[in-house]
Amino acid sequence: MLIKSYSRYQPTPAIKAAEITDESVYLRRRQLIKTLGFLGAGALISSSIPKTANAGFFDNNTTDDDRFKTKPLTFSADKANLSLIKTPEQKVISHNNFYEFGAQKHQPAELAQSFIVNPWQLTVSGECDKPITLDYDDLTTMFALEERIYRLRCVEAWSMVIPWIGFSLADLLKKVSPNSSANYVLFETLYDPKQMPGQDSRRLGGGIAYPYVEGLRIDEAMNPLTLMSVGLYGKTLPAQNGAPIRLVVPWKYGFKSIKSIVAIKLVREKPKTTWQQLAPNEYGFYANVNPNHDHPRWSQASERRITSGGLLARNRIATLPFNGYGEQVAHLYQGMDLGKYY
Amino acid sequence: MIKKKSTANPRVLNTSTSTIGTAKKVYWLKVFIHLAAFLPLLNVYYLAFNDQLGADPVQYVIHFTGIGAFNLLLLSLLISPWAKRFKQGYLMQVRRLLGLYVFTYAFMHVLNFLAFDLQFAWSLFFNEVVKRPYITIGMVAFILLFLLAITSHNSLKRKMARNWQRLHNFSYLIAILVAVHFYWSVKSGLFTPVLYFILTMLLLACRYKKIKALCLSVINRERSTTPKIKNSI
Repeated sequence: MLIKSYSRYQPTPAIKAAEITDESVYLRRRQLIKTLGFLGAGALISSSIPKTANAGFFDNNTTDDDRFKTKPLTFSADKANLSLIKTPEQKVISHNNFYEFGAQKHQPAELAQSFIVNPWQLTVSGECDKPITLDYDDLTTMFALEERIYRLRCVEAWSMVIPWIGFSLADLLKKVSPNSSANYVLFETLYDPKQMPGQDSRRLGGGIAYPYVEGLRIDEAMNPLTLMSVGLYGKTLPAQNGAPIRLVVPWKYGFKSIKSIVAIKLVREKPKTTWQQLAPNEYGFYANVNPNHDHPRWSQASERRITSGGLLARNRIATLPFNGYGEQVAHLYQGMDLGKYY
Repeated sequence: MIKKKSTANPRVLNTSTSTIGTAKKVYWLKVFIHLAAFLPLLNVYYLAFNDQLGADPVQYVIHFTGIGAFNLLLLSLLISPWAKRFKQGYLMQVRRLLGLYVFTYAFMHVLNFLAFDLQFAWSLFFNEVVKRPYITIGMVAFILLFLLAITSHNSLKRKMARNWQRLHNFSYLIAILVAVHFYWSVKSGLFTPVLYFILTMLLLACRYKKIKALCLSVINRERSTTPKIKNSI
């Protein structure tokens, strides 16, 4: 091999070290590799690891005025589900799918801190007799708040256990008196590209259509498990978790639980929901947690429960039909082919 | 091999810096590559084992090693067109090191999936490899990378003679498989995978003539050895 004819350690008496690799050459080479940008392995070092990791851990203790403020809530505690091992609060508020603030899990916690939720308006309208609009204070005062410790199963096969605070969607819907044409309930997230960078940039926002739209059948919406959440871990919702009000449907995949809701509409026809429109063969309207119906690109038979512990946490557990809430909701789907209506 | 010869061509070397400077340059470049490729890996695993990598360290290390392997693969494919274009033949001497780091990252990528994500549920692992097209082609790419890595030593290179180059030409196929693997694996937000796909294609386009010749030789060989191929197509 000709390469070998140049020994690396060949003594070089005739040439000074500086002539061989002076600083400018040295720097130029580094620059060369750096200017290759994202291609360079060097870029790996400067990737967002420490920022991501630290951002999450300093959130709570910071007194920085720029950060989103949460405040304590008054509520009745959930004493029935105390045996569930909760996902640490820090993980709940730093690992979010909220594409309006960036499609990567760590981005919402970073990009949602200046989100303004007061004033807020939530309109409930459509096929009903008494449409109403709730303002920011109404969200936490109109109904008695209760804690609900729920399992949250993401379609991506990870899960958390989260102590939500909120009220039943049924209570809100009863207030507007739905009429007989109200077959479905449509939910819409705020559309405000100025505040939500993901709506402003296809790259950041993962290329989904905005505003985000979700839907439930009216009987699903009226089920007592279906929660309008205004808080978690004893306080109002952090921006990245869907402040000031979001839906939580614990027997369905997480993407059904739409965040930062501004409109609830009672409608006749089945709503065209965001993910279903994007990839109908991957995401159905019902999106009930179902270990027997795989996502085309991964198995749904089991999940990783995010609690504490690093890489070695043995946290893979079997996924239960309806995320373990079958007793409360299976009757809603009697006679339906859940393989077809996924 | 032809490219390597040009490295040693004194005329080429004279156009850059001094002859002896080249050996030093290669040495320091290799040191740099070791640091730039290995330290981030150490750092990430230290943080991940101590639960300091966000809420889901498992997903983090899988993505980190996956994209890291792809970055290094593209970098290794950039070297020969870059060295030719800018007459920096000495760069050719770090290709193997980069290639071995591609394999290291890819190995960690697969190991993360098996050990930390699936937690050694072997049947699930095999099922996923067979059932999910994006994992299947990822695994094919990994097996090819493995073959390249174990045949990278000079003694084997000499022993394998012409076959060595034949085998290592699979790096182009690996690049395509990895690009598709990435594209198929994302839920939405195709910007990054499409960008990587374009970069892959550009790097392959730099060696258009070689790849065309490779394709033709494969087709010709198949025609001559298995004349019935037409019927089966």
